[in-house]
Amino acid sequence: MSKTLVTLHVNERAYEVAVRPQDTLALALRDGCGLTGTKVGCDLGTCGCCTVLVDGRPVLGCLTLALEVEGRRIETIEGLAGAERLHPVQKAFAECGGSQCGYCTPGFVMTSVALLRTNGAPSRDEIKEAIAGNLCRCTGYAKIVDAVEQAATELRQAGNEASPTTDAHRSGGSNDARLQGRRQPATARR
Amino acid sequence: MTQDFKVVGSRPPLVDSWKKVTGQAVYGDDVRFPNTLICRLLRSTQPHARILRIDTSRAAAMPGVRAVVTGADAPARFGVLPISQDEEAMATDKVRYIGDIVAAVAADDEAAAAAAVDAIEVVYEKLPEYFTTAEGLDPVEEPIHAWTVDGSNVQKRVDQHFGDMDGALEQAAVKPRAFFDFIGVGHAFTEPHAVTAVPEADGRLSLYTPTQVPHYVHRALAKVLDMPLHRVRVFRTAVGGGFGGKSDPFPHEMCACLLARRTQQPVRLTFDLEEIFLTNRGRHPGTYDVQVAFDEHGRMLGLDAAAIIDGGAFASFGVVTTYYNGVLSQGPYKIPNFRYSGRRVYTNKAPCGAMRGHGAVNARYAIESVIDMAAEELRIDPIELRLRNVLEPYSKTTNEFRITSNGIRECLERVRDETGWQGKKGKLPLGKGIGVACGFFISGSALPIHKTRTPQSTVHLQIDIYGGITAHSQGAEIGQGSDTVIAIAVAEVLGVPLDFVRVRSEDSDTAPLDLGAYSSRGCFMIGNAAREAALVIRDKLARAAERLTGHAAGDFDFRDAEVFARSDASVRVSYFEALTEALADNGALIAKGWYQSPRMGGTFKGAGAGLAPAYSFSACIAEVDVDLETGLVKCTAMALAHDCGRALNRLAVEGQIEGCMHMGLGQALLEEMRYDRGRITNPNLLDYKILGPFETPDMKVIIVESEDKEGPFGGKEAGEGPLICVLPALGNALYDAVGYRSRQLPVRPERVFEHLRKLRRAEAGMSKTWGATGR
Repeated sequence: MSKTLVTLHVNERAYEVAVRPQDTLALALRDGCGLTGTKVGCDLGTCGCCTVLVDGRPVLGCLTLALEVEGRRIETIEGLAGAERLHPVQKAFAECGGSQCGYCTPGFVMTSVALLRTNGAPSRDEIKEAIAGNLCRCTGYAKIVDAVEQAATELRQAGNEASPTTDAHRSGGSNDARLQGRRQPATARR
Repeated sequence: MTQDFKVVGSRPPLVDSWKKVTGQAVYGDDVRFPNTLICRLLRSTQPHARILRIDTSRAAAMPGVRAVVTGADAPARFGVLPISQDEEAMATDKVRYIGDIVAAVAADDEAAAAAAVDAIEVVYEKLPEYFTTAEGLDPVEEPIHAWTVDGSNVQKRVDQHFGDMDGALEQAAVKPRAFFDFIGVGHAFTEPHAVTAVPEADGRLSLYTPTQVPHYVHRALAKVLDMPLHRVRVFRTAVGGGFGGKSDPFPHEMCACLLARRTQQPVRLTFDLEEIFLTNRGRHPGTYDVQVAFDEHGRMLGLDAAAIIDGGAFASFGVVTTYYNGVLSQGPYKIPNFRYSGRRVYTNKAPCGAMRGHGAVNARYAIESVIDMAAEELRIDPIELRLRNVLEPYSKTTNEFRITSNGIRECLERVRDETGWQGKKGKLPLGKGIGVACGFFISGSALPIHKTRTPQSTVHLQIDIYGGITAHSQGAEIGQGSDTVIAIAVAEVLGVPLDFVRVRSEDSDTAPLDLGAYSSRGCFMIGNAAREAALVIRDKLARAAERLTGHAAGDFDFRDAEVFARSDASVRVSYFEALTEALADNGALIAKGWYQSPRMGGTFKGAGAGLAPAYSFSACIAEVDVDLETGLVKCTAMALAHDCGRALNRLAVEGQIEGCMHMGLGQALLEEMRYDRGRITNPNLLDYKILGPFETPDMKVIIVESEDKEGPFGGKEAGEGPLICVLPALGNALYDAVGYRSRQLPVRPERVFEHLRKLRRAEAGMSKTWGATGR
């Protein structure tokens, strides 16, 4: 099938990528942009490994078509670190033991970053609710929840320095309904 | 002995976690080489069939297709164990399960490869199909493999008898017996199998693969490719979860290499989720008939166990599994009389293998269940009954396992005291319950799979002029923290910060031999090897400090990147000064350390199975809440005490224990591989359910440190052992809650519901009416 050239805005950089109609965002990121930090686990929308942010919202890269997100603002694990340091969520996942084999980690980190932008002081249950679409086989989730809590504390102490560009796009509006890969609530999985 | 450790016992992040939180870690499918072909596999659609003809001509002629290979291209058999080499790169004479690889294609892109796979024609002649162990115990028309026992599908028989089991049963005051049935479960790691094979310009061949056992892959590749070992290179990528599921050399690894050699281009092969389930190597389904004998004082007189396990189509680790199902029942209790019969039977299903807690998990569920039944009959508290029977430290089991450090007593006492057991056991309302169980596991298999005198672990250290220390090892970091164990051991001995140490454990070209991540051997064996190597360096630095200060080398201690005299704190040189002196007229500071298990064990047949230089011990208490309307069982709290000798990295040990609770509960409550006439019907994570964050209970981790005399800084394993006690603790809690003894796993809510309905019927005295209107 013939390919179309699309421009993907990933981590504040424009990538020209040739995609087939059926190519997923995860595939375009990994093979088109060379951003292999986004992982593909199940490729069926159940594990959450491929979670990236589109206009600030967590989206499953394996259920979102690359053509759907042309012109939208995409954030991946590679775009988080900056200003000579890791994002507090990345740091906390390492420090709290929230990452073992690490394959699910990019997805969890992106989900958690999105959560903390909208809720700066989540309860442990709110954290679990947010990450319920991500599966981890190593940790039993306790240390992941610890990590999100620690990151929340650090972000609050740092004076809520969440990137201003993100907040502008936080409420994505009606466009979001177009995204097939919109993350389902936790209850939908069972 | 209380030691003043600097790094050991702290909570450092895993040394490789920084790469993982930034997306820089390179997993199997992240490997990228220019000019790479994509491989897809043709898999059998038949459970058991003779291959009459394979026609690849149409596929080979398709656009973009560069090569097609079949079993005839590499017929040499391989397998992880030398004694049961029954696998082929691709099936030659017949296929043995739905999913067996029949042919492999390399093409310019995925679409071309997939189209070519569809164009391969295979003509099968159906053979009798065997899906259960029961139909394979006796001679069959067409055994799945040629070398089974007496024309049956039995691959391995183990029979052991110590003492006088019949006599023990005769003397017993109580002797509960029960029959258990376990469904198979899979590892469900998140990273698919994904490999890239690269033909090197000098004629060598490299394989990039997320494997737990690079050395065994190396050997199998050399055999199947018919290449000398030194012409093969195995590069272990980051491993996105293993749990035993990446501890075999795999047919697909062979396929990618064959195609790379044929095309002289790199070949990449990434599985989809269904292929992970087809590759399997998960925990064996099995049935267990277990009886335990106690005297009236609650002394265990004997254990009589028979296990029949369903191996699927190939051997994998199955010979070991067959032994482990019996021999790993020898602890943590003193069992004077013991009888075990084990059978592993081939079936036309995806092959089973090693999975976290290898061979000990289902058997332990059965044993701890019948012990609980005995406690009830004896009217002895289940914890008290267990405490009366635990093995002593530095003792021997009846089958001559050498028990060294042993914290089982402390494990039991602490879970008891830290959960309020006494106030809860037998005192909770209907629907709520509490249960206990113990576990026991090897801390590294003492016998290497291949009989050789090469040490099981070797670590090389190399210190550069900048002070950085590079540790070379083939220890397979799979997220369990083995690279970090190396770094901790070296940093501890040399008194430098952890970030001075870089671990290179990926590349067989630079790595000294290590057998890999299985049998929970990493911490004990790699840790000891790393420590030994660091002690050699330390000695050289101490002698350099002596030359600089005139103070005796033996008096120096190492801390905070300083070398100072214990007896006179004013005598000190920096680590860098000592290093510069040590490098003078020398060129390099390099050292090796190695570990090999001491000789141990009995002389009877099978005495080597289950031998380990140390054993880990654990105890778990689970609390459950059963929905009386639906039968749904929820684990509300879990406490697990694990004796890991010493926690080298507390953060990692906690993480391993929590992961064990998660995985063990998954098998107890949800997980099952379902088959319909040889076809897996739930090969994805939507239908094969693992626990999510809300289903994982509050987890309390208790680290017990028995300080093993031979372990590195006293350490033992923590990656597998803790899982084993989780399932029976849950089962025993369920019994406490509603009086239902689940003899199957996973616990199915409908069975609990059925039990509750019977209870209600009995209570209402309406059983006849219910019987008439029921089904």
